[in-house]
Amino acid sequence: MQQEMFRSGWRTVCAAMLVLGTVPALGGCINVAAPDKPIVIELNINIRQEVIYRLAADAANTIEENPEIF
Amino acid sequence: MATPIRKSVAALGLAGAVLVLGIGGVAAAQSRDPSYAAAKAAGQVGEQTDGYLGVVGGQSPDVRAMVKDINNKRRAVYTEKAAGKSTIEEYAFATACRLILETKPGEKYQAPDGTWKTRGAGAPERDPRCP
Repeated sequence: MQQEMFRSGWRTVCAAMLVLGTVPALGGCINVAAPDKPIVIELNINIRQEVIYRLAADAANTIEENPEIF
Repeated sequence: MATPIRKSVAALGLAGAVLVLGIGGVAAAQSRDPSYAAAKAAGQVGEQTDGYLGVVGGQSPDVRAMVKDINNKRRAVYTEKAAGKSTIEEYAFATACRLILETKPGEKYQAPDGTWKTRGAGAPERDPRCP
């Protein structure tokens, strides 16, 4: 039953590809090539100068409020 | 009918007790530990560029343990204060800029190149990103 549904799904995909003008590859319709280099997501973890300027007074207060650890 | 009122009175009393205890705690925390003050004055510990305390050279396990404890407390303060403003790292860095500026002659601080410097009469060497 499930195989039937899968097969019909596969047929639909292939039909769609044929309509679009693509030739289904052997053993399946979709070929995805993994990139040979790792995907790098660059997060901004640097010290932002404008933030440091904005925090100056705040930091001074924190030092004053916690003399036992500063 | 009287129960909710009694409950709220009890809650008020509890809140008052917590407030008094809180103030007591703050008052008790107002003094720097003598061993910390001594280590700082002797240059055994110094201010790092990242907002944490550093051990200068080879020091006793007591000094190292004290530094670790202070740094844990600092991290907690930075985490709390940075919330909604910046990253913890940035908040700690901004505090370091100020702490290095506030060092007294004879105390140690970390220069931007990572080496330990002894604060002299002049301005300390600080990161160019410091205000």
